[in-house]
Amino acid sequence: MSGDNAMDFSIWQIALAYVFILILLLIVQVKGISRKRLIIVSAVRMTLQLILVGYILVFVLDNPNPWITLLVMFIMLTFATFNVYQRTKHEIYFSFKKLIAVAMFIGVILNLTYFMFVILQLDPWYDPQFFIPIGGMIIGKTMTGISLGVNHLLTGMKDRKEQIEGALMLGASPKIASKSIVDDAFDQAMLPTINAMVGMGIVFLPGMMTGQIIAGQEPISAIKYQISVMLGVAGTVSITVLIFLHLAYKMFFNERKQFILTKRDMKKEAMPVKYD
Amino acid sequence: MFQLQNVEVEDVLEMKDVCLESNVISIEGQSGSGKSTLLRLLNNLDSPTTGNILFKKQNLTDIPPQQLRKQVVMVPQNPVIFDGDIQDNLLIGHTFSGAVKPKKAKLKEILENLWLDKPLHTKASELSGGEMQRLSLGRVLLLSQAEVYLLDEPSSDLDDRTGSHVMKYFMETAQQQQKQTILVTHDKSITEQFATASLNMDQYSKQIRQEDERE
Repeated sequence: MSGDNAMDFSIWQIALAYVFILILLLIVQVKGISRKRLIIVSAVRMTLQLILVGYILVFVLDNPNPWITLLVMFIMLTFATFNVYQRTKHEIYFSFKKLIAVAMFIGVILNLTYFMFVILQLDPWYDPQFFIPIGGMIIGKTMTGISLGVNHLLTGMKDRKEQIEGALMLGASPKIASKSIVDDAFDQAMLPTINAMVGMGIVFLPGMMTGQIIAGQEPISAIKYQISVMLGVAGTVSITVLIFLHLAYKMFFNERKQFILTKRDMKKEAMPVKYD
Repeated sequence: MFQLQNVEVEDVLEMKDVCLESNVISIEGQSGSGKSTLLRLLNNLDSPTTGNILFKKQNLTDIPPQQLRKQVVMVPQNPVIFDGDIQDNLLIGHTFSGAVKPKKAKLKEILENLWLDKPLHTKASELSGGEMQRLSLGRVLLLSQAEVYLLDEPSSDLDDRTGSHVMKYFMETAQQQQKQTILVTHDKSITEQFATASLNMDQYSKQIRQEDERE
């Protein structure tokens, strides 16, 4: 990528950008909203995290190495998985967490492999300049998608337990009895990605494309990347969520095909989730 | 067709040796005596803590759950309505099991007999509670594989006149097709009119027994 005509900031220009935060703090102060601490903490965190990542990326880009690229991807995936755990509305237990991790790792690894080797055909294959940012974007969107899928599945199973049990009473399999909840969770998980595709280029310019254009890349070339990344995101989110849902609905039924949320003698250890 | 041997459900039920053979069995007892629990056990939605339940001399644990539930169909107290119209809801049991669906004329005949005179394409979610209850009764009457009906308060949302008409139709149809009905109801007239046997759950309820001992 040619960075020659990219604009470089001076430290003073960055400092001036913090005026936005000062304005925000002022507004919050005047309106008496108690968010001051959170705003300061998040601004400081953002700054420190990005500086840190900046230096790490400098090191990684200067020392291209397959193991480092893979390690970075592994760390990102692990953090993303823990982030999904934190975002669940109800407390989930180990058996359920395991499924999320399995789906995340299988879904992301399968799709990234195809994306990097078949579509991008990087040379060398581990070229960190492309592998890491694009991998990061796909992991990030997958994290959001699967969080939505998890939450909608958990709420759906609880809110529609009478319907699920009603279907079982008529001889339905657990899969059919929970089909509408699973479909709904899939739909909700995919919605942000689908909306992003629809609005892209008209309602907003995607971050990666904006970045490339600022960095001096030809818009047409930036668009080619954006299109393939967007398709990669859609594929990864759908496959990951699909794997997750396919495994997760089964956790709500036992081997006698009884729905465990309505069973009277269900032990806590056998539950995938604790509802408040 | 059912036989319960040394069945115990934690702190709720204890049934040493009970046979449920009669054609129409009314399950009676105070609230909390375990009436619904018994129906749930027979439909295999719950399992007893200890003991055996036999259906046609076969242990429930040896019968695949879906096969059992196709033969022993339960209608819960709060009618369950699925997405779609009346027709979808009447046929949902067939959709689940992949069985051959009955003709439209048959559906209309059932609706008429249940005093549910609405077009088949009426959205099911627009029905009143009583109408939903009748719909959920009609749904199971269409299941030819069913051998036993478990009904939990089947007429609770119906007025007396409609309730007695609907139950009469249901019982007669079940009788014609030689199907057994086990029902929980507070409506004495239904019990007096149709039940060929009754089972009082108070004697098996651990809770009620404890209360009696205290007094």
